[in-house]
Amino acid sequence: MPHSFLKVESLSKTYPGATIPVFEGIDFDIERGEFICIIGHSGCGKTTILNVLAGLEDASEGHVFMDNREVAGPGLERGVVFQGHALMPWLTVLGNVAFAVRSKWPGWSRQQVESHARRHIELVGLKGAEQKKPASLSGGMKQRVGIARAFAIEPKMLLLDEPFGALDALTRGTIQDELLKIVRDTHQTVFMITHDVDEAILLADKILLMSNGPRARIAEIVVNTMPRERTRAAMHHDPQFYPIRNHLVDFLVNRSRDEQSRPGAPLMVRPGLAANEPGGALDADAA
Amino acid sequence: MRASRGVKSGLLSVAILALLLLAWHAATLPGQETTSAASQDAEYAKLMGKSDGARKSSGLPTLAQLGDTALHHLGNPFYDNGPNDKGVGVQLAHSLGRVGLGFLIAALVAIPLGFVIGMSPLVYQALNPFIQVLKPISPLAWMPLALYTIKDSSISGVFVIFICSIWPMLINTAFGVASVRREWLNVALTLEVKPVRRAFMVILPAAAPTILTGMRISMGIAWLVIVAAEMLVGGTGIGYFVWNEWNNLSLTNVIFAILTIGVVGMMLDLLFAQAQKLVTYVD
Repeated sequence: MPHSFLKVESLSKTYPGATIPVFEGIDFDIERGEFICIIGHSGCGKTTILNVLAGLEDASEGHVFMDNREVAGPGLERGVVFQGHALMPWLTVLGNVAFAVRSKWPGWSRQQVESHARRHIELVGLKGAEQKKPASLSGGMKQRVGIARAFAIEPKMLLLDEPFGALDALTRGTIQDELLKIVRDTHQTVFMITHDVDEAILLADKILLMSNGPRARIAEIVVNTMPRERTRAAMHHDPQFYPIRNHLVDFLVNRSRDEQSRPGAPLMVRPGLAANEPGGALDADAA
Repeated sequence: MRASRGVKSGLLSVAILALLLLAWHAATLPGQETTSAASQDAEYAKLMGKSDGARKSSGLPTLAQLGDTALHHLGNPFYDNGPNDKGVGVQLAHSLGRVGLGFLIAALVAIPLGFVIGMSPLVYQALNPFIQVLKPISPLAWMPLALYTIKDSSISGVFVIFICSIWPMLINTAFGVASVRREWLNVALTLEVKPVRRAFMVILPAAAPTILTGMRISMGIAWLVIVAAEMLVGGTGIGYFVWNEWNNLSLTNVIFAILTIGVVGMMLDLLFAQAQKLVTYVD
């Protein structure tokens, strides 16, 4: 079996002063071009896992390998979209994106940097807003700039920390579609935290379900068996949609508390296939 | 149509000024009581040692006298007729020079040092006791030590400005740098921004409004202190001018100098307010 693009091995994190780890035994792989969503209740350490992948935090135990090299510290090959957009308010939209571009390619001329930044601003539909300051943008537009900034450095992997959490439903839908389009066009590998079940079904190829903390772990990996060309407008007509959605909601509402005790590797489940053949719901890791 | 608040407040300011000037004018009118009523009491007044002549010589200047003095000074502000007779412009230039130099050196020390203190909790804790002890010392208390070691009154003045303007800048820079948002630093980290570039492109602009507030406070204090310092060491400067005119018993000149100090101080403050506006960002 060929090695995975990103490999997370028995990650655990115990905060200083605490005796019980927030999460432990986190193992999962991400293949190149995969879109992974992670869902779990607050306090299970999702953001910490993302920060470890980003290199902003150290795990207490375990390792992360990307392209066979251990991840140590933050780096330009991983683009991060932060929860609170994290734009620099003294820079314009163009300035914010150009700052990232210049960090990646310090040798580029001003024109190269600017045209590259402009292209990515256009990609997220913000053409015309290049000279605006973040303060004069709406929440959705700010997050678009954050996405443009992360894409502009052409990372091998994109890490998104609940990027649409603070947006209203309509804006969220539009940006989800845009993100999906860019990710599909660029075959970007993505790891994303979300609280929104529908968002996860729309975007993700695999959904990691985390049990509650402390001692949180990945209880199940739900494979999204719906066709990749799904759209927000039509996906709820797919017969697979509700089985998957019900499975996710069931887990979050009923099972996430009890999953802590179950030992062993996370189950690989395909609840979507139950729509076609009743027996296919729980076939463990048969690819 | 109602006038805007700006126009209204302007009118009110002018009215208050007119009232103040009128009160002053009324209070300093020469020989106001020397009309009919005064003639009856002339003998009494003489007994009390308050003859007309005496009253005139000890009184505060009238508005007209002040106006004359102001015109005289402003008409030729840059003459220099020896140590005790220089134009008010020359004196101001001396004071501004000392303030500018002392302030500049203080900024060159305080801002980099504040950066280090703000970035390193260790350095902050190590230096904090020194700052806490040195900060409340009146800058003029340093004067004897400065005069003894430097042996030059003008440079001692600069030193006093340096020592008084360093603290607000140091403390504000350290605070501004320490409270740069974690998320901006994380962005810089994930973009592998080198430390020097991070300092100038992320931390400096993020902390700039706080740093400039510190500079503005420092400049205000420096302008307060320079007058006192120059009164003490003498020689040149607007503070010396005030003291010299007091020795000459020329209250007109003293009042004119006081007003000049106020106006220049206001302009310095406005300058920093403008600079502050330039670096302030809306979040």
